[in-house]
Amino acid sequence: MKALLIRDIRLAVRAGGGFGLGLAFFLIVIVIVPFAVGADTGLLAKIAPGVLWIGALLACLLSIDRLLALDFEDGTLDLLATAPMPLEATLSVKALAHWITTGLPLVIAAPILGVLMNLPTQGYGWLVLSLLLGTPALSVIGTFGAALTAGIKRGGLLLSLLVLPLYVPTLIFGAEVARRGAEGTDVSTSILLLAGISAATIALMPFASAVVLKVNLR
Amino acid sequence: MGRELGNANFMTLTVTKLTIARGGLPVLADVSFALKRGQALIVRGPNGVGKTTLLRTIAGLQPSLGGTVSCEQDQIAYAAHSDGLKAMLSVTENLTFWAQMFGQSDISHALATFELENLADRLAGTLSAGQKRRLSLARLLVTERPIWVLDEPTVSLDIASVAMFAAAVVSHLNTGGMALMATHIDLGIKEAAVLDVTAFIARDNLTTGASDEAFL
Repeated sequence: MKALLIRDIRLAVRAGGGFGLGLAFFLIVIVIVPFAVGADTGLLAKIAPGVLWIGALLACLLSIDRLLALDFEDGTLDLLATAPMPLEATLSVKALAHWITTGLPLVIAAPILGVLMNLPTQGYGWLVLSLLLGTPALSVIGTFGAALTAGIKRGGLLLSLLVLPLYVPTLIFGAEVARRGAEGTDVSTSILLLAGISAATIALMPFASAVVLKVNLR
Repeated sequence: MGRELGNANFMTLTVTKLTIARGGLPVLADVSFALKRGQALIVRGPNGVGKTTLLRTIAGLQPSLGGTVSCEQDQIAYAAHSDGLKAMLSVTENLTFWAQMFGQSDISHALATFELENLADRLAGTLSAGQKRRLSLARLLVTERPIWVLDEPTVSLDIASVAMFAAAVVSHLNTGGMALMATHIDLGIKEAAVLDVTAFIARDNLTTGASDEAFL
């Protein structure tokens, strides 16, 4: 398991691996929003949690289609499927590697970009916490989408259409935590729901992903 | 496990009345054979007859329409047309990864068998097609699994490398391993029997011709 995790992270940070793709996209989106919206600091502070969450979600989505497509093309997936490790575990590890190379950098970058969006001081902790709780769910759901479209070349559009609706609950409650945190109101309900969504997807999604991938490998 | 592969003395790969399908249509029907320790079987047949599908079904990558494949769990090492190598990882990193996935750690034997020591630190992406193939075959050795299921293993290998591969198969058979291969060239392995799958072409397939390609 550790071997697969190390291999995936190593591949991601080597040339052409796509590490930094999501982070760069996140950076670009958040930097250009103030230019487009205007210099009204009150307005920026108001939309900051939502925009930061949308940026993080789209950045995640951008890198999802590489998750299994590359391994499918060069035949590695067939070999992984015949390896002693169950496919559910393989896909969980791949989702974890995706989170470490995409989700975690977003969580770390978010407070820095929050400054650009004039996010109120009390909102930073909640923003980071909401992303920390929410991005693993994005990676795991994304892996399911990648497994569904594994056999399709250039399946990026289909993948986005399939995955985006599944991302909506995470987005709603994640952005809600960040917004309430910034406003200084009670976040307990939304944070519990966000954590619940993450826990449920991490526990259940790998089984669904393994089933659809087995069908796609035929 | 060491060099002596597997521990069950009665270990065999038995295929009974196996019917396989590609794209939902049966291609081969009632394929039966048995493979014992130290034996090799070469699958022959014209293009499109279903050799790859047969090997994938036996490797457990796709379900069969009928019949059974019986062998002990987790005994098969499968190698497909594609090499399954990562261009941005070195030869050693590629092999070590597969060794660890199969719970092994020693790759020196595999590197030596396929004369890859001098290439050990090169990125797999910079290897020639034949060298990539050798690396992909070296992967079989690090899995330490007794049953090799190989689909066109000699593609892009030169004569010397084919001999290298044949020697590796013979030594695998001598340590109690088994090999099932689809290949067209004569490897010169005297232990190997030949199975011509043309005799098993499914009747439905004969009547519908090559229309199953439309479902791929």
